[in-house]
Amino acid sequence: MRAMVYRGPYKIRVEEKDVPQIEHPNDAIVKVSLAAICGSDLHLYHGMMPDTRVGMTFGHEFVGVVHAVGPSVRNLKPGDRVMVPFNIFCGSCYFCARGLYANCHNVNPNATAVGGIYGYSHTSGGYDGGQAEYVRVPFADVGPALIPDWMSEEDAVLLTDALATGYFGAQLGDIVEGDVVVVFGAGPVGLYAAKSAWLMGAGRVIVIDHLEYRLAKAREFAHAETYNFTDYDDIVVHVKKITGHLGADVAIDAVGAEADGNLLQHITGAKLKLQGGSPIALNWAIDGVRKGGTISVMGAYGPIFSAVKFGDAMNKGLTLRMNQCPVKRQWPRLFEHIRNGYLKPSDIITHRIPLEHIAEAYHIFSAKLDGCIKPLIVPDAG
Amino acid sequence: MTNLPTYTAQKPPNAESSEQLRARIPGWGADLDPNDRPSVPKQRLDPGATGAHWEFPERQPEKWPRERSIEHAFLTPVFGTSCPPKGLSGAIRKFSYRRYSEGRAAHWLLLIAADRVDAWEAHAASLLTTRPDNPITETGLRAEISHNGLGSRFGQKRADTIHQVLDPVIVGAPWILACGLAWRAVRSLRRRGRSARA
Repeated sequence: MRAMVYRGPYKIRVEEKDVPQIEHPNDAIVKVSLAAICGSDLHLYHGMMPDTRVGMTFGHEFVGVVHAVGPSVRNLKPGDRVMVPFNIFCGSCYFCARGLYANCHNVNPNATAVGGIYGYSHTSGGYDGGQAEYVRVPFADVGPALIPDWMSEEDAVLLTDALATGYFGAQLGDIVEGDVVVVFGAGPVGLYAAKSAWLMGAGRVIVIDHLEYRLAKAREFAHAETYNFTDYDDIVVHVKKITGHLGADVAIDAVGAEADGNLLQHITGAKLKLQGGSPIALNWAIDGVRKGGTISVMGAYGPIFSAVKFGDAMNKGLTLRMNQCPVKRQWPRLFEHIRNGYLKPSDIITHRIPLEHIAEAYHIFSAKLDGCIKPLIVPDAG
Repeated sequence: MTNLPTYTAQKPPNAESSEQLRARIPGWGADLDPNDRPSVPKQRLDPGATGAHWEFPERQPEKWPRERSIEHAFLTPVFGTSCPPKGLSGAIRKFSYRRYSEGRAAHWLLLIAADRVDAWEAHAASLLTTRPDNPITETGLRAEISHNGLGSRFGQKRADTIHQVLDPVIVGAPWILACGLAWRAVRSLRRRGRSARA
């Protein structure tokens, strides 16, 4: 089969690999029909995530058709059209039994601090991902779900991570009616978080980024008030000014490890890998939210230390909430919102690129070329 | 300025009321009740909800000694089988997993070091194949021409263009270093050859 393969920082190519095999009785093999590149894939691509091995296939956002199933699989059969959450989870451990599907204890031997994620380094379990023609899907009776007949594959693939994560991020903000919500980052997760904040009754939604085309999308797609932080000497002071010097009630970090806005933080975090990532968006969130406010962290960071301003967070009495999204837990409610017309996930897709050109796709997304917000990968582009 | 609500018990008012927002934004307030939010409460014991029909999963066969965190009691019943550790990078990885917990910086720093060694090993090995690494095609640089590289960057008030110049250095430095070392090695061999003949 054809598959994306990591060759080292900033380098990937498409190679011929063996079609994955059933390795556990509850495995399925899925033929991928559509995949996406996630912003967090860029952390792997840039060599930031420990134990990212040459030869691995990335991709934790994908949908497809069941090709084969293991002997204990009851809920799926070959030919089923499925969407697969980015979490790999057993459904039976202490954490899964309590709904924390992203924190499963039975799928990642390499680390206890993170669950299993498709194509996301050995730190997340060493599973190959879905930017390929076929992918192994463990616990087929637990993770995947049939794509409803009324749902397009493009909407479905965005439900496997980006939309669910943005929606989850708004929930972790514990928004109450009339809250002022500031979202740092106007990428896919930030856009969905901003849109979801309204569903939870926000009174004002502010989005901050440095890419004008993404801020334009935030105004149009998420009805948000937007600010480009490069227009201000100090974006935290600006947030204070526009909130009556109170600060936002809720701040959502939808940027993560490669945040811009402070060159020293970016270079030490994203380029030199001396931190688990550049925490500038998180620090802006800590300083920009009001005392007693809540911060929701959806941005992904590496497992080593980062220069986060915990002193300010403590002194301000903040509530910091965060987790990888338990995707499947979000789906029933998100399906309702999509059917009701409140959410149209595919509105943020900007590029559809054949698998054979995935090196260009990563570069376009990484360098933010051509107005790129969300690129999809089409394994069989004809 | 003394009448700023922030310095009193009041909260600064929003520009639009809830009724105005409900009329303007589709779905506004649909999840106003926390009970309608799927991740509230955070932990909800419901083992029957997942589709699992086992108390503990069957064990996946271990085809090679699988490295694992020493914070785990045993190898998890299911695990990924991509890219078994090999070469010097594999030895560093196995040592890191065997010796240090996830709580130790040394664990992660060794794994990052192994990643760099892995890339160098792979680049060197690729030179002995019919498909050596190609830093031009593998970095997707063609997109700079096909997808408006210049226009996407300049005049856009972007904060990242200042450090994007470092990206070619990150990609190119190992190649330049390797060429330099190879050149020194060749020169040294030639000198030794000349000395031996003299």
